[in-house]
Amino acid sequence: MSISKAPPDISPVSADVPPDVPSAVPSAVPTAIAPELRPVVPVSARRRPLPRWLRRTTGPLLLLAAWQLLSATGVLRPEVLASPGTIAGTAADLVSSGQLPSAMAVSLQRVVFGLLLGGAAGITLALLSGLSRLGEDLVDASVQMLRAVPFVGLIPLFIIWLGIGEAPKVTLIALGVAFHLYLNVYAGIRGVDEQLIEAGASLGLSRRALVRHVVLPGALPGAMTGLRYSLATAWLALVFGEQINASDGIGFLMTQARDFLRTDVIVVCLVVYAFLGLTADIVVRALERLLLQWRPNFTGR
Amino acid sequence: MATELHRPVSHDVPPAAGGPAAVRVAGLTRAFGGRPVIDGLDLTLRPGEFTALLGRSGCGKSTLLRVLAGLDREIAGTVLVPERRAVAFQAPRLMPWKRVWRNVLLGLPGRPGRAIAEAALEEVGLRERSGAWPKTLSGGEAQRASLARALVREPDLLLLDEPFGALDALTRIKAQRLVAELWQRRGCAVLLVTHDVDEALLLADRALVMRDGVIAHDTPVALPRPRDAGDPRLTALRSRLLAELGVDTPASAETA
Repeated sequence: MSISKAPPDISPVSADVPPDVPSAVPSAVPTAIAPELRPVVPVSARRRPLPRWLRRTTGPLLLLAAWQLLSATGVLRPEVLASPGTIAGTAADLVSSGQLPSAMAVSLQRVVFGLLLGGAAGITLALLSGLSRLGEDLVDASVQMLRAVPFVGLIPLFIIWLGIGEAPKVTLIALGVAFHLYLNVYAGIRGVDEQLIEAGASLGLSRRALVRHVVLPGALPGAMTGLRYSLATAWLALVFGEQINASDGIGFLMTQARDFLRTDVIVVCLVVYAFLGLTADIVVRALERLLLQWRPNFTGR
Repeated sequence: MATELHRPVSHDVPPAAGGPAAVRVAGLTRAFGGRPVIDGLDLTLRPGEFTALLGRSGCGKSTLLRVLAGLDREIAGTVLVPERRAVAFQAPRLMPWKRVWRNVLLGLPGRPGRAIAEAALEEVGLRERSGAWPKTLSGGEAQRASLARALVREPDLLLLDEPFGALDALTRIKAQRLVAELWQRRGCAVLLVTHDVDEALLLADRALVMRDGVIAHDTPVALPRPRDAGDPRLTALRSRLLAELGVDTPASAETA
């Protein structure tokens, strides 16, 4: 049969339109009405917007410009917050005088010591309670109990016990690190797929070999998560710890700046804290890329 | 080939009886929370024999396999199994943090080299994926890697727990053929746990049906290989097995 009504208005998907659509197309279903067709517009045909990174940097830059403008017009007084320009100058001065690099070195050292100490303690305890029932009963309850105490609140005790030197600062950092690592490594060990452990056992692995080849690699993702959390906590603990009568380090710079209303120096120190934290995160990400490349849902790329 | 029966899973070793055996089970009972899933089961598997164990889900067939694998020891009764046995599970259960060849070598005594793993992978047609991470394997490839890991141990008893269950239909056919080939080459005793009657008839010398905690039905599958699922001689056997499993077919109604 032939279609009695006019052929539908077919919008071209491609540029070259066929010269004429034959109107007498034989159809299997006599009464079927051909639907109106619309083109599927390829994504590439849409107008390209600004690149994403440019759009994303615009916001912060605008904020910075507004800040500078407010400072320049005197709305934002320097005692409240120094202008970005002043801060940049101060940062350059602090670097060239060697004050900032030496303070950074001192602070970094505290974090590294705290991290090593806390990491060793946290991982040892997690292995103890993760790998043995007896260890779990002995260790886990105590750790969970101590975890309820906000570790920053222990500063007064640390000062009484350890004085006001490096020891209380490093201990504070170690404590913050230890809890995070403990919790995540322990959860990682206990979260290892039971089926894989069974498969390992069916392959004749001894208990030792099971721990080495199945349990510990399986707990590694948890351990890396713990490391990231504990690094974040380490910086926080550093900031708190350096408020304790510090005679050097970034915290000391800040305390000094506070006494002289130097908001520019304070902001420089804050930026340095942020920068150190960011660097640590980049290091951990690189470590994850190296150690966790086997993960099916690995997204550290 | 006689298999040495050592390493009893249970403690009371009975006097050796009958001919050569790759597995000897007598009076095996395994209860979960007081409810016996395996209840006084007796079973002997002959060396080199391909046995299919059928049963509805929850009948205890996987539990029996786990007992034979030594993974479940909360048992009563006598279980004698060969020292060298290997399991391939429904999921490949490869260690995701080990490359394929390291997975194959996992648990082997001594310090075997990569060549040993690659020879086993060659056998399952996976040699070129030797250095890959398990996450990059397809379902069929992962299952073949798991088979290679089982075979590299040169087992006297190969336990297969629905190893094709998670594969798509086309991959399953290829995997079944591969298992048939490997078994003919290796000549080890195989226990294949499955709920697929056609699979059992395609591969096995002997089909068992497990019901109420015991082997309720035991029949030889004496047909020449390679077999074709469309073989008319299989039809009667299929109907009989399905009837044993509680599925009535038109054919079984006629023969019954």
